[in-house]
Amino acid sequence: MTTETHIDIAELRKKQPRFNAIDSGHRACLGCGQALGARLVGEAVGPDIIVANATGCLEIFTTPWPESAWRVPWMHSLFENAGAIASGIEAAMRAQGKSTKVVAMGGDGSTFDIGFQALSGMLEREHNVLYVCYDNEAYMNTGVQRSSSTPHAAMTNTSPPGKARMGKRHLKKDIVQIIAAHHTPYAATASVAYPSDLRKKIRRAMEIEGPTFIQIHAPCPLGWGHEGHESIEVERLAVQTGLFPLVELERGELTGVMPIRQQVPVTEYLKRQQRFRHLFAKGDSRAAEELEHIQALADHNIEVYGLRGEGVDRFDTEGSDTVHRGGQRWA
Amino acid sequence: MMQPLEGSQALARAVALCRPQVVAAYPITPQTHIVENISKLVADGVLNCEFVSVESEFSAASVVLGAAAAGSRAYTATASQGILLMNEVLYNIAGSRIPLVLTCANRAVSSPLSIWNDQQDSMAVRDAGWIQLYCADNQEAVDTTIQAFRIAEATELPVMVCVDGFTLTHTLEGIDIPEVAEVDAFLPPFEFGRKLDPRNPKSLGTLLSPDFYPEARHSHHMALEKAQAVIEQVDADFAAAIGRRSGGLLTVEGPEDARIGILTLGSVIGTFREAAEEGTDLPAAKLIKLRSFRPFPVEALKAAVAGLTDLIVVERALSPGAGGIVGAEVRAAMSELADAPRVHNVALGLGGRDIPMSSYAELLALAERDAPLRFAVFDADLNKLPEEDR
Repeated sequence: MTTETHIDIAELRKKQPRFNAIDSGHRACLGCGQALGARLVGEAVGPDIIVANATGCLEIFTTPWPESAWRVPWMHSLFENAGAIASGIEAAMRAQGKSTKVVAMGGDGSTFDIGFQALSGMLEREHNVLYVCYDNEAYMNTGVQRSSSTPHAAMTNTSPPGKARMGKRHLKKDIVQIIAAHHTPYAATASVAYPSDLRKKIRRAMEIEGPTFIQIHAPCPLGWGHEGHESIEVERLAVQTGLFPLVELERGELTGVMPIRQQVPVTEYLKRQQRFRHLFAKGDSRAAEELEHIQALADHNIEVYGLRGEGVDRFDTEGSDTVHRGGQRWA
Repeated sequence: MMQPLEGSQALARAVALCRPQVVAAYPITPQTHIVENISKLVADGVLNCEFVSVESEFSAASVVLGAAAAGSRAYTATASQGILLMNEVLYNIAGSRIPLVLTCANRAVSSPLSIWNDQQDSMAVRDAGWIQLYCADNQEAVDTTIQAFRIAEATELPVMVCVDGFTLTHTLEGIDIPEVAEVDAFLPPFEFGRKLDPRNPKSLGTLLSPDFYPEARHSHHMALEKAQAVIEQVDADFAAAIGRRSGGLLTVEGPEDARIGILTLGSVIGTFREAAEEGTDLPAAKLIKLRSFRPFPVEALKAAVAGLTDLIVVERALSPGAGGIVGAEVRAAMSELADAPRVHNVALGLGGRDIPMSSYAELLALAERDAPLRFAVFDADLNKLPEEDR
């Protein structure tokens, strides 16, 4: 015999008011991974923060003057200086004896490429800043051009496939390891397809006094070439294939991973996205070779980080973010 | 108290008196001694501030921008390549109307590489929307630095204090450093109304559509125009509080009835003053010391040239293919006068070339020309160049 419990969700929500740093009504595209990522970060960071935002989609779609989607003090300066702006704000907070946490945000272009030096300096000087990188693997704001985060073989408008090329020739930069090599207290990767895990990592980073870094893999329907409503499905596959491992590094040491319960072949992920469609061209031997190469990259990630799960784990790629009655969901 | 100090050392002391809360530092010759001296004051406990040793000038400018936006008084210093690397941030600071102070230890810009003094660096960023004040000597540099914070905070505009590299920064001279209490009374703590504050969240640096952009630019321009009165007022207030003037927007020295004028900015004014004193056989001339290049004081300049037949504009930079930079702006201002003097325009002492006292007489001789000299690199020895480059 079972006891039925009736839960009034609306009533529950009223009892659990959540502050969100970023409000609805902004102008992101349908299915935007970055907007979702920013909302999840915004839920976890609390109101006592100041945001330093690099130039990019997030900055553009949240602040078309005189409107702003931000409920926290927010500053945008340039494309390549979010790390340094955050450093300056943090120095000011220190000088004023305030505990307000500074959160820097940027895309992969501003983080991996043009703003990398300022970020490296911020980490080296141990500013008390959480740096969040929304990684959608190309310069999406300018119309999909290759960055050093663009995965191998992906098509962008500056890495088009053709007779002489199969998309991007080079590998995706391993930014989280580079960040960790700065003796960073906490550096982690997260995915918008795993919100509980993402929020948990943000909260962990917020507790640490010192520089922390979270790289959030975030699909861009426009740049990746899938429907907006498919974002979460596609993003889950990025994690389940091993192409985007979810890991935590503390002072360079691996301290946590999300185990993969069932490894999915990379083709399942790749075939959902137009940016990889040249890899499925019939009769192109180069395509088959590239697919093998990408599978090898995923296998390598799984090997290096020990992502192969040992049976059922409620925090693995299948268990995490399953709704558990009793409050486990809001980790 | 008057004491013998190196220019950079005196500047560091002046900055410390202003109680900056955040200082961003990156080395570049000839500015380095300034931040070195500040770091020593911090190490000795004389100055209590966040001293951020950044990894580039680009980040130095960004750090002070972030700090001032968050409501802290902020300072940095640079020169030459450093100011050019900052260029994008300089525009951003000014456009965001963030008050802070930067010392530019004026130096030539590469290439060819030169570590020596001219003013190509600050002239290259003249359109960034900053107030630019040029200092004739180290006492002016000290006093202008203190005034700069007052001006910046009153106008919500950044101020660049331009100090000739080596000529001033590395020269030991007798300098009066004001007392702490005097500066505290003159310069109250920084209160920034638009600061980043979680209790009153604002968004700073948003995207402007064409519907609003020209208005933002207009108001920035007007803020600089209105800053002219503030620069004059702060100089007068400083004189009342500490007993010295630095020269407001510009000053005119020399005989009332002189028909020739020499206009210049920076430390070369000292050379000309002395040459004028010694050259009793030379024609009488007025010396116009332009302290404020941005805002450009058109009305004050028009008044300053009254009665002159010839005005010789001597500058320490050029715009290749156009000629003088200051000269062009002076000519434009003169076009508003019915009885404007003839304007001769020269660049002098580029890349640290010594400007001897004798150059003063040579410059005055320009007034005897039939036609005004449009522009020349006055001390270039053409014999050093191949025929086709002369």
